[in-house]
Amino acid sequence: MAILVVAEHDNAALGAATLNTVAAARQIGDDVHVLVAGSGCGSVAEAASAVEGVSKVMVVDNAAYEHQLAENVSLLVAELGKGYGHILSAASTSGKNYMPRVAALLDVEQISDIIRVDSADTFARPIYAGNAIATVQSSASVKVVTVRGTGFDPVAANGGSAPVEQLDIAHDAGISSFVSEEMAKSDRPELGAAKIVVSGGRGMGNGENFEILYKLADKLGAAVGASRAAVDAGFVPNDMQVGQTGKIVAPNLYVAIGISGAIQHLAGMKDSKVIVAINKDEEAPIFQVADYGLVADLFEAVPELESKL
Amino acid sequence: MKILVAVKRVIDYNVKVRVKADHSDVDLTNVKMAINPFCEIAVEEAVRLKEKGVATEIVVVSLGTKECQEQIRTALALGADRGIQVETDENPGSLSVAKLLKAIVDEEKPDLVILGKQSIDSDNNQTGQMLAALSGLPQGTFASEVTIEDGKASVTREVDGGLQTVSLSLPAIVTTDLRLNEPRYASLPNIMKAKRKPLDVKTPADLGVEVTSSLNTLKVEPPAERSAGIRVGSVDELIEKLKTEAKVI
Repeated sequence: MAILVVAEHDNAALGAATLNTVAAARQIGDDVHVLVAGSGCGSVAEAASAVEGVSKVMVVDNAAYEHQLAENVSLLVAELGKGYGHILSAASTSGKNYMPRVAALLDVEQISDIIRVDSADTFARPIYAGNAIATVQSSASVKVVTVRGTGFDPVAANGGSAPVEQLDIAHDAGISSFVSEEMAKSDRPELGAAKIVVSGGRGMGNGENFEILYKLADKLGAAVGASRAAVDAGFVPNDMQVGQTGKIVAPNLYVAIGISGAIQHLAGMKDSKVIVAINKDEEAPIFQVADYGLVADLFEAVPELESKL
Repeated sequence: MKILVAVKRVIDYNVKVRVKADHSDVDLTNVKMAINPFCEIAVEEAVRLKEKGVATEIVVVSLGTKECQEQIRTALALGADRGIQVETDENPGSLSVAKLLKAIVDEEKPDLVILGKQSIDSDNNQTGQMLAALSGLPQGTFASEVTIEDGKASVTREVDGGLQTVSLSLPAIVTTDLRLNEPRYASLPNIMKAKRKPLDVKTPADLGVEVTSSLNTLKVEPPAERSAGIRVGSVDELIEKLKTEAKVI
């Protein structure tokens, strides 16, 4: 049976997480269809059609889907998804919002946040904030799955030429409406998608001192994160928090600066490919997970690092 | 208006999780248990809405073995008015939990249901959304601000890259994110008072729900251990290693 991937997008561009989701779908089977539900989303459909390994793109262009309201999108995905063996989306805040609704409408369990495909019905997913990995088998008729992008290398964005089919299906549940959105205006990459993350902890001392991290991050093209201790101390806002209660990241390079390495923090970053720790306390637990540890005063080491890159 | 809050008993978030030697599950023997942190935020939000005069009654519900009555009592001590325990032996899946909660929603007819966005044990992030779908209700997930006015809920949501505000007709389902509020501590007099608040016990059969699951956990393993790497002596050495050995910059 074919696999349906619901595209992540903002009506203008195809979200990068879709490429990881298609990669997961390709490990399940060869016939991968992509659904683009949005409003004025023709360019997204074009981009989806070019993605490697996609055999068909369906576009549903309707005002009801403009803001990905879960109440409306879930009705559409559940209707279209009935004939598929699997329905996949990225485990983004958008996918996490509508996919459980899709599963409930289809009367099946959802498998959240998979990091590995063992077979068409068996998947691995982190539980307890990644402190354990569960292998689960689903006997559901349709497997509704969200995919953690860091578990799958993306397929190529180009090279495919899947046919694009326009569908006219309007589902407006009429119980919710979009009011506004406020997207962080930053030239730095988003924490969850960044290839390099630079994070600061309590050792930063105060919010102003994060300036040296921003400089380093800009040199590296990195996103900036923080430990819960730094957030609790009021240095930086909570949306920068990396850890069990914040964001889970797994970049190619994670630089932990002035972070001791509490369990909660490690849960959010220990799947990073390479971890660097800079801390003046040589006993800090962060050094037990770091590939490269530098025992140094961060206020000397970080500017030096920045200037030499 | 009436608010229903669902809470879950989970491992305390400060406890280091250990996988059982036979890889069947994590080891929860003699481990400190607590109310799920996101559920605690849900209780706090309901109590604040009551303090503001928006809500008149808070009903707290938990599903599980008798022990989860401890977490219901915690919620009652924080300010909920009465509790309902749905007695389930096995660890029910999200869909069954959502069906049981829907049955409670049908009975209690709350105007607002607040749940944590996810539990820190199974990390599913499903139940609120499933409850909303089964009940045909709108949802405001990952909420960082909730305002009730003119028969609608305005919910600001933490989404990737920023915030989104949606308007929901009532009744509605809200799931909490971390920034929604900072839960209070229960005072000793309130803990004493909570012991006398009403707590009903129901079974899935009472609610007409059969607890089943299409998901079977084959094994639970510890994650790949990271071993400590090397210490570098200087910034220069660090840059050198990152460029030539790790090849990440």
